Amino acid sequence: MSPEPTSHPHDSGSRHHRLSPAPVLEVDPLIDDPDTRIVVCCGAGGVGKTTTAAALGLRAAERGRKVVVLTIDPARRLAQSMGIDSLDNVPRKVKGVEGGGELHAMMLDMKRTFDEIVEAHADRERAAAILSNPFYQSLSAGFAGTQEYMAMEKLGQLRSRDEWDLIVVDTPPSRSALDFLDAPKRLGSFLDGRLIRLLTAPAKLGGRAGMKFLNVGMSMMTGTLGKLLGGQLLKDVQTFVAAMDTTFGGFRTRADATYQLLQAPGTAFLVVAAPERDALREAAYFVERLAAEDMPLAGLVLNRVHGSGAAQLSAERALAAAENLEEPRIVDQEDGKAGLRNSPDTYGEHDAHDGHEPHAKSDAYGESDPRGEHVEGSPIATDSDPAADPRDPAEPTVEQLTAGLLRLHADRMRLLSREQRTRDRFTARHPEVAVTEVAALPGDVHDLAGLRNIGDRLATDRPELPEPSGS
Amino acid sequence: MSRFQVVSGKGGTGKTTVAAALALALATEGKRALLVEVEGRQGIAQLFETEALPYEERKIAVAPGGGEVYALAIDPELALLDYLQMFYKLGSAGRALKKLGAIDFATTVAPGIRDVLLTGKACEAVRRKDKSGRFVYDYVVMDAPPTGRVTRFLNVNDEVAGLAKIGPIHNQAQAVMRVLKSPETAVHLVTLLEEMPVQETADGIAELRAAKLPVGRIIVNMVRPEVLDEAELELVRAAPRTALAKSLSAAGLGGARRGGNAEKLVDPLLAQVEEYAERYALEHEQRSVLGGLGLATHELPLLAEGMDLAGLYELADELRKQGMS
Repeated sequence: MSPEPTSHPHDSGSRHHRLSPAPVLEVDPLIDDPDTRIVVCCGAGGVGKTTTAAALGLRAAERGRKVVVLTIDPARRLAQSMGIDSLDNVPRKVKGVEGGGELHAMMLDMKRTFDEIVEAHADRERAAAILSNPFYQSLSAGFAGTQEYMAMEKLGQLRSRDEWDLIVVDTPPSRSALDFLDAPKRLGSFLDGRLIRLLTAPAKLGGRAGMKFLNVGMSMMTGTLGKLLGGQLLKDVQTFVAAMDTTFGGFRTRADATYQLLQAPGTAFLVVAAPERDALREAAYFVERLAAEDMPLAGLVLNRVHGSGAAQLSAERALAAAENLEEPRIVDQEDGKAGLRNSPDTYGEHDAHDGHEPHAKSDAYGESDPRGEHVEGSPIATDSDPAADPRDPAEPTVEQLTAGLLRLHADRMRLLSREQRTRDRFTARHPEVAVTEVAALPGDVHDLAGLRNIGDRLATDRPELPEPSGS
Repeated sequence: MSRFQVVSGKGGTGKTTVAAALALALATEGKRALLVEVEGRQGIAQLFETEALPYEERKIAVAPGGGEVYALAIDPELALLDYLQMFYKLGSAGRALKKLGAIDFATTVAPGIRDVLLTGKACEAVRRKDKSGRFVYDYVVMDAPPTGRVTRFLNVNDEVAGLAKIGPIHNQAQAVMRVLKSPETAVHLVTLLEEMPVQETADGIAELRAAKLPVGRIIVNMVRPEVLDEAELELVRAAPRTALAKSLSAAGLGGARRGGNAEKLVDPLLAQVEEYAERYALEHEQRSVLGGLGLATHELPLLAEGMDLAGLYELADELRKQGMS
């Protein structure tokens, strides 16, 4: 269940200084709860939102639920591994899922989703007119917010089909944090707005809403717009708006319904972030915005957290030790050897009988060493005076290699404390937000096994115990 | 060196940071650079640790050698009103349009208009001259939308020009496109040595090229130091645990015997080596993918202490040394 301790952040010794840890986000109870029907993953770009959504979906399915995951822009290999790399805008069953549930997945095709709405709300002739309108074509292919709006629209569709117990949604990497919340309203208010009335006024023989403006300068208005946009574009817009007129009510109603769906008790928002300044700042912004909109926040998923199994060794000490080892081979002088070859346990719990063990060449490559295939004369195995050593002087000695290990460790410890500082800042600002940490993986995830691994990491409880090293 | 430098990259790769460092690098030796933000995130203000930027060009940093960096956060709504004012003297009519929702419509709902306004404003700054006929800014650096959207963003002028077949928006779009597709412009892509950002970079380059937009350079950001090379990795993996334990002990880290403090470090340190080795191999692979893209590539180091203002100057210095400015 739990990943190997060496890579797990919960073993990190850098947690000491936090006064009150954030509450733990319990993922399994959340996804197991039959009342949880929608999980929305949001967050800045590049923090692993899509992977988190897919891993949660897989985990929920393997724990027995019937799940659909709606992704926006998955990495190619991840999409391929889930069998959703073709854009057909319908959920596909994912093969290879274990356990009692089912996992379906789909990738959003925003233009197609938009077309479907038009087709569903207008008669055939009108739909054809809209679909071939140049203004509509660029609107549906990607104006700011279309993707956000269509993601929410698709969510509404999936929910109303009622085929799944749980819908997990990935959100587009919006330029501003919560465009996907604003998009329905924005489109709604545009479609209800006076501008629309104005634009449609000529087509409707001066609609009542446009009357007042008609008097004060209707012609100036359309004249200005015409000047600005070019007469032909204005005409396209007018035709589009006129053709869309009958479907406006539908748009508006759906936008409102989706918004309410997001606020409903069956919905849980997860803010996804990485322990980096920008990502967590964006996360804080999401948390605040969700609260302002009365959207139910379940917690924060903190991806790519680093840990160390040797957190008792600080960066400073590791570096000092590395320098010690890399110093010119004065240390190999016979006199210095006893002192430097072995040292007492000066930190942590004492290990008295180990302390002053003399340097003993004979047991250097000990009996129970599982790795050690000692090759005579190899630079590693040779622990002798360099003067007597015939090997290539460019080959690193075991001391130099050990110094490398220590430098690697120092880098890791510095990263750990930086991550800790960053997340402490978030916790100070939002102590109420439950957090689950996901240990960093060295590479990308692109198969179900990888997603399962992430799922395990998502659900592993953080032990709320004092640090073992007790400092 | 192109005078209009557009910086894009996948989310999370640090494109804002790189754009800012590039502006600083270009401003060295008494030059003046304008750093432009188009996504309303106030990323520049955060980076330079100043208050939120208004829609106004203001000096935010001094570069080594007396150069200056100005910054501008372009607000599409204000840019549109600005534009209307400039071309039509539409004082009160502009306000009426706003009241009607027309400005809102134009800047948020109408396809592409928002983007034309943003790129249009940046191109205006590129072309602006003072009374003596010299360019006001030697360089304009744009923190552009992410790789996935940048081609559409820059090319939207073409699209709008097609959509609005006549009229001032059409003319404006044409003028902007002339700048964007000329050698005056270079679009740089920021990436990390990770699979997804590299893939997105490759796709982005293909898209930019297909749209005939001038591709600049690849900037690999947050490159981790090479602590152990391939040969050393192999040697460490082959090293007997006891030898490592003794070496750690010799460095003053405790007893080398089973259960001693130095010995207890060996396993976790080796586990970290395995993680490092896996990442090292992946990075190596991604570097060769990038190498195959046929563009000049720069690498910026991961700053151990995290990103701050001092780090920004460090990165600028690095870019200068690598001949990026």
